[in-house]
Amino acid sequence: MTVWLHIVAIVLLASLGGALWRVWRGRSQADRMMAAQLIGTSGVAVLIVLAALQDWTLLVVAFALALLAALAAVGFVTSQSPDGAGDPEEAHPPKGWRDRGRNG
Amino acid sequence: MADLATYLLTGLGLVFFIAGTVGLVRFPDQFSRLHALTKGDNLGLGFIALGVAFQAESWAQLAMLALIWVLALLAAGTVAQLVARAALTEQDKP
Repeated sequence: MTVWLHIVAIVLLASLGGALWRVWRGRSQADRMMAAQLIGTSGVAVLIVLAALQDWTLLVVAFALALLAALAAVGFVTSQSPDGAGDPEEAHPPKGWRDRGRNG
Repeated sequence: MADLATYLLTGLGLVFFIAGTVGLVRFPDQFSRLHALTKGDNLGLGFIALGVAFQAESWAQLAMLALIWVLALLAAGTVAQLVARAALTEQDKP
């Protein structure tokens, strides 16, 4: 049983590596954010498998990681639009709105 | 019997995770990637949590596993919507 769970953990890490490739190559920001979401979730899955293998208190760590992965994506979305709503229905933002924050 | 269930369920969860990652890498369009990713996400994590649940010794661990999966479900659902919105806004830019 432990051998199988080790194999599962290793293959999960391999799938995490595949998602990292998308982070590196993803043309748009949204692609990178999707991959970060998948990395967060496969991290949670690895932690769950390790909890079964070694110590059951790792489940709390997996819970915290699942929470943080969600908050990371929310942070990304709020940084995308000027008023932070990330709402496509609002009027098209004016030209050059993206870097108004950085160089005034 | 419990071990057999763990073998099968974690294997199934693994298949979904690999499918999600391959979908994320291979699909041409952003939204189809997002679809594959969220599918792999929820189901993969759900089956692995279910598989590990057969190894759990106490009720607290089962409750914790269920809690993690429900949080992952809610988080992945809403995050997919938000990221799709961000991707949508990006496409309309001149």
